Amino acid sequence: MRIRRHRRWMAPVVAAAAVGLALTGCTGDAAEQDAADVDCADYEQYGTFEGKSVSVAGTILDLEADRLSESWADFETCTGIEVDYQGSSEFEAQIAVLAEGGNAPDVGIVPQPGLLGRLAAGGWLIPASADVEANVDEWWSADWKQYGTYEDTFYAAPLMASIKGYVWYSPAEFEEKGYEIPKTLDELTALSEQIAADGDHKPWCVGLESGDATGWPGTDWVEDYMLRLHGADVYDQWVTHGIPFNDPQVAEAFDAVGAYLKNDDMVNGGIGDVSTQVTEAFQTAGLPILDGTCSLHHQASFYETFWNPEGGDENTVASDGSVFAFLLPPVNADDPLSVTGGGEFPVAFRDAEEVEAFRTYLSSDTWANNRVSLGGVISANKGLDPQVASSELLTQSIEILQDPETTFRFDGSDLMPGAVGADSFWKGIVAWVTGEDTAQVLDTIESSWPKG
Amino acid sequence: MTTADLLGKLLQVVMGLAVFAAVVGLLIFFIDKAPKKGRDYWQLALFLLPAMLFITVGLVYPAIRTSLLAFQDSSGDWTLDNFVWTFTQPAAIRTLINTIIWVLLVPTLATAIGLAYAVFIDRSRGEKYYKVILFMPIAISFVGAGVIWGFVYDYNGVGEQIGLLNALVVAAGGEPVQWLQTDPINTFLLIVVMIWIQTGFAMVLLSAAIKGVPTEQIEAAQLDGTNGWQRFMNVTVPGIRGALVVVLTTISIATLKVFDIVRTMTAGNFNTSVIANEMYTQAFRASEVGRGSALALILFVLVLPIVIYNVNVLRKQREIR
Repeated sequence: MRIRRHRRWMAPVVAAAAVGLALTGCTGDAAEQDAADVDCADYEQYGTFEGKSVSVAGTILDLEADRLSESWADFETCTGIEVDYQGSSEFEAQIAVLAEGGNAPDVGIVPQPGLLGRLAAGGWLIPASADVEANVDEWWSADWKQYGTYEDTFYAAPLMASIKGYVWYSPAEFEEKGYEIPKTLDELTALSEQIAADGDHKPWCVGLESGDATGWPGTDWVEDYMLRLHGADVYDQWVTHGIPFNDPQVAEAFDAVGAYLKNDDMVNGGIGDVSTQVTEAFQTAGLPILDGTCSLHHQASFYETFWNPEGGDENTVASDGSVFAFLLPPVNADDPLSVTGGGEFPVAFRDAEEVEAFRTYLSSDTWANNRVSLGGVISANKGLDPQVASSELLTQSIEILQDPETTFRFDGSDLMPGAVGADSFWKGIVAWVTGEDTAQVLDTIESSWPKG
Repeated sequence: MTTADLLGKLLQVVMGLAVFAAVVGLLIFFIDKAPKKGRDYWQLALFLLPAMLFITVGLVYPAIRTSLLAFQDSSGDWTLDNFVWTFTQPAAIRTLINTIIWVLLVPTLATAIGLAYAVFIDRSRGEKYYKVILFMPIAISFVGAGVIWGFVYDYNGVGEQIGLLNALVVAAGGEPVQWLQTDPINTFLLIVVMIWIQTGFAMVLLSAAIKGVPTEQIEAAQLDGTNGWQRFMNVTVPGIRGALVVVLTTISIATLKVFDIVRTMTAGNFNTSVIANEMYTQAFRASEVGRGSALALILFVLVLPIVIYNVNVLRKQREIR
């Protein structure tokens, strides 16, 4: 009897102890970084805020998120502000809901000017402070500042950047077969036809599959062609609905892209026929280049990190390495350089000095150099030293972004209203690649453009 | 997170529970001490209060707001454009058609298969094991089921097929098919997943109902010289009519609201979208809150008659008892 009673409470106690032990195992007990180890000279201008914290949310995940946190670790130590970053792939869908409910983080890293505009229109954003604006005027081009502005109020400085419109290729293959990097779009067509004629594989490999964003890599193609064929002014009219989506100029860009994406001779190298573009994940679509079953792959600068899907550095990205990339060429060889690209904007939802101190730091050249030297990304910050970038391609990309002659335009689908840029344009690309004709697709997208 | 953080959080949880218990305890104490006169009403009102509060905040207010939003454009002006869009845009019409296909196929097939299974295994040896097998999918979340079946339907452009269905097709000498990308077969393949989940639910409820049909009636029918099919149609089915209605309506409502399966497997691409998925896409992805609300309202209107019918049947049954 005694023993029995004993057992009755023994089991729960043992269970509770086990759970408690397991839970303490989850905790890091990380020691706070010692301020004495860090040179705080660069951070004195931001002041000190003992015991204050700033919550940050965004779409950046995993390794990139770790690097992001690392980029402001010294800032935290020197200013005493604790920065807490939470990454979520559903961030873009949730942020407006959170803001409306008053539960937004202090800072949201918004990857689309269109979304920034929507949040600003809702009245949830705090305009950027004079310090942030001064940094942006000093370190960024007017084009970039414009993307952080909504109805003449400046809300956020740009953060990182990526250049779209790179065409990846294998330098070894090009040398062996005597292919030249094309300098015009016509030369690109000629090169593609030559590769197709050589016969052992199709020239292009394309992957459009990306979960609920399936189709977006195709929108990048169209945007690149819009900018190159018709110039920046028409591009701006297109993304702001100054010309309708079914304008003949848009149709021209679609058809130019269709010469590749809808052509069974051109795609899908190493993967299959035209229809396999919609099942091939964008992350893996370029890899056939490594097996020599595909020669050309159109994807942004960030694709650099996808070449070693198993980790490691077996496949090098360099002009003499396994793969490298050239920019999608202009119509005429001597046309000025125009590129499309993307970037993020840290917007503020809470009006507080520590939040603005943090945002001022993010907009500084110090942060840009800190973050870029950690690898994998670039920024359009003019104070950034291109040599700190982790690779030849990123260095080259920074130089393109910093060149005052370069015409930079933000990814068009990120500028359009969500109903088009994050829905009907993507779905339109999928329908178009799988068989619908250009006119029909453009009419459908045009009719989905919100009125008013 | 440090141990101190964790302990702090645990303490918070304990404190929260303690406060909750104290509030409930006080409430009950005061209800008990309510004035003699009209005590019943006091007690009724106070006990209903928390529930009514939550229903108002969590259900009534959002429902009213959604209804208003459905008639507004993005700048807050009154308009019918959202409904015009729903019933004129080819993509939106396709969404409605898909939802109708879902609602016609899933409840009927899941119930039919579940019923047949229940009848066949009834009073057989190892009945409970057969039940467990069919019931197991119910324990898997819709998202989990979507991921699993996503592998079944997987298509590989190059190399070996890792998808079960395509592996079978190839083994039989055929060409692999892009199952989830091929319209209209993809919608039916998604429906299969939902039926796979819901059949177990139908089977368990119907099996219990079948056991409630009095043996005397079956035996009487047997003596009258009926065959098995006649006994099933004329004795068993009328005997389990109430359970059948409950199963059919419950699955119908679940099907109207289906979201997870479509979202995980195709995200509504390739013409597979349904109302609930499109509602989310429009409201949160495309930031067209008006269109999303209009779809929500349509969904509500579609579910409403089923709920009313269900409540009516249940009430009639109670009257019979």
